Amino acid sequence: MSKAELVSADRISEGDSMIRVENLTKKFGDFVALDDISFDVRKGEVFGLLGPNGAGKSTTLRILSTLARPTGGTATIGGHDVVKDDTEVRKLIGIVSEKMIMYDRLTARENLWFFGSLFDIPGDVLKPRIDELLELVQLTKWKNAQVGTFSTGMRQRMNVVRALLNMPRVLFLDEPTLGLDPQSSVEIREFVKKLNRENGTTIIVTTHTMVDADMLCDRIAIIDHGKVVALDTSSNLKRLISGGDGTILKLEISNLTTDLLENLRTLDCVKSATQESSTQVRLLARGDDAFDNVIDAVRRKGGKITSIENVQPTLEDVFLHLTGHEVRDSADRKIPLETRHGFGGGQGRIR
Amino acid sequence: MGARSLLSHSLRIAWKDLTELKRNRFGLVLLIVMPLFMLALVGFIYPTSGSSASNLPVAVVDLDAGYHNSTVGSQTFIAVLDEINSKTGMMKLSSEASVSDVKTSIQSGNLEGAIIIPSNFSASLLTGKQGTLIIMTDQSNPQISATMETLLSGVFSEMGTSLAQQNVQALSPAVNESDSLAVVQPYKVQTQGVVPGTSNYFDFLAPGIMAMVVMMSVMTGLPGAISQEKEIGTMDGMMVAPINRLSIILGKTLSQTVRGMLQGAIILVLAVLLFGVTIHGSILLVFGLLLLGVFSFVGLGIVLTSFAKDQQTATMLMTTLMFPMMFLSGVFFPIQQMPWYMQDISKVLPLTYASDALRKVMVLGAGIPDITTDLVVLIAFGAVLTAIAVPVFRRQMTR
Repeated sequence: MSKAELVSADRISEGDSMIRVENLTKKFGDFVALDDISFDVRKGEVFGLLGPNGAGKSTTLRILSTLARPTGGTATIGGHDVVKDDTEVRKLIGIVSEKMIMYDRLTARENLWFFGSLFDIPGDVLKPRIDELLELVQLTKWKNAQVGTFSTGMRQRMNVVRALLNMPRVLFLDEPTLGLDPQSSVEIREFVKKLNRENGTTIIVTTHTMVDADMLCDRIAIIDHGKVVALDTSSNLKRLISGGDGTILKLEISNLTTDLLENLRTLDCVKSATQESSTQVRLLARGDDAFDNVIDAVRRKGGKITSIENVQPTLEDVFLHLTGHEVRDSADRKIPLETRHGFGGGQGRIR
Repeated sequence: MGARSLLSHSLRIAWKDLTELKRNRFGLVLLIVMPLFMLALVGFIYPTSGSSASNLPVAVVDLDAGYHNSTVGSQTFIAVLDEINSKTGMMKLSSEASVSDVKTSIQSGNLEGAIIIPSNFSASLLTGKQGTLIIMTDQSNPQISATMETLLSGVFSEMGTSLAQQNVQALSPAVNESDSLAVVQPYKVQTQGVVPGTSNYFDFLAPGIMAMVVMMSVMTGLPGAISQEKEIGTMDGMMVAPINRLSIILGKTLSQTVRGMLQGAIILVLAVLLFGVTIHGSILLVFGLLLLGVFSFVGLGIVLTSFAKDQQTATMLMTTLMFPMMFLSGVFFPIQQMPWYMQDISKVLPLTYASDALRKVMVLGAGIPDITTDLVVLIAFGAVLTAIAVPVFRRQMTR
């Protein structure tokens, strides 16, 4: 099928695909940031890209939002190629990047006015739209204050509405809750959901925060080392563990030692063991007799089990199951256990 | 996307930049203070014509034993020396008793040098021999001996002239004082400039600094501003808007040009009000030349912008390029004073031509026909560099 046919076919079946990524590759010198990834995002869907830092999430987003060029493969948004048709693509999209796109010395209104005018929105349309957007995120009171004086939460709300000035059909959110307090994070998530529900905006979110992915996304692509390792709904992804013979065991051992933890790791039925606090261990185990084997092993080593719980798998467990390492782990994977223990052992649990 | 939307987006971006500048109080103060410092510092440290030295502590050691109880030789010398020194104020004269005292004082830094009149000074003069004077100098300051020699030769020539004048008048009483001077010194030099009035170093300096500051604003300001936007992330906000990439660079150039011209105007006003600079040419032409200078530098600025990935690299690149430009383009020191190979280098720097043209207009009151060479060179620089820069920039912006 030729490119032209592909595009027209895409336009006819508009109900399906909004974003189509095919064999996308991006190299920086010898480093392969994106290794031949492909996926489709349906119209009106909230799509999550989940993975550790450096997995290729942001690179994907930058290519889709025309800020970077792929080394190979193609990507289309609404049928427009992100390389050849970049101006058309830009009219359809809005980005909320990790860095806040605004000028500290301009007021909230001036910032929005400036970015809006770059989209050639006529003044009599832009003016009420800015008022409306500021009202939407409760910033009307501050519209004439310089954004440099805003709190992080206010700035992030500004950052989001800025991306909505051109009423985009596709919104890219790069780590939208990074560095926000829990309340602001909830606000942003609620806002994004509302936007998706009421305007039918297609949304792509990159995150390494499981909560974001779990609560926001219709479907999640798990990315690691530039590859999509799994793509499904949150519940289906979790079923990868519980649907098989996998179990998540949460043990509380009052006299937990490094030695004991190492011993648990050597068990055949234990796929991975993560220390969560000075007394808690989270095990990804498999097999019908996993429960028994684990308890036996702990007691053989003289460990005192205070409680044992069979918990529902989280996306973090799924990630661990699929990639063999934790989402937040990739950067410090080589640090030996002793050192990690010294940090308090709770590395995988912060945030 | 037509030229109209390109221009309108550029204006939006320039407006945004200038609003930011306007709200940056500290930046605005620096905008005025920087050129003021540059003018004042460079203007005052540069040696003024003749010599810069004044009030050098110098001792006179009169060891003259006299001839038949007459020390007329040393007395005349000291009298003329005092008279000339009181006119120039170069030295602060004191008298010391012995050579060893002088040596100690020079070593301890209390004296810069000494003039020693040997014991046979009057005797030699009155018996028809040459009178010898000894200059003792602080060898750690090579300028002193030159200064003192200049001064002493002045003293001797004046002494010789007045002696000869006396002799002429003695031979023929009819000759009056000024005629006798004409007999003794038939030649005299008088300096006259193209425009009336005397010029000072600031007249030379102001046009050069103006040209430099305005051009630096596009050469360093442009990469600085763009790499800053890249770093804080706002560049992405402009890049995802459906605008021509060129309007970003055009808008930035526009705002930097306004900033540079503003600074140029400030320098001009300061130079006129505080440093007594007079402008002989057309002000309009002065600003026209500054704009042309901006044009000739924009290309270079854009190329540098494309290569500077972050602000730090940009700043380092700028400094590396700025220093040779500042010193080789005849902004601070006349090019003619440099060795030939340095002069050759300065001939490939656009700033050389801009400051030269500006100087001709401001100091000499030249018009467009007088500076055609400079104009042609600047236009050529601008055209070639822009032609290189635009495709480079386009390619670099999307990676």
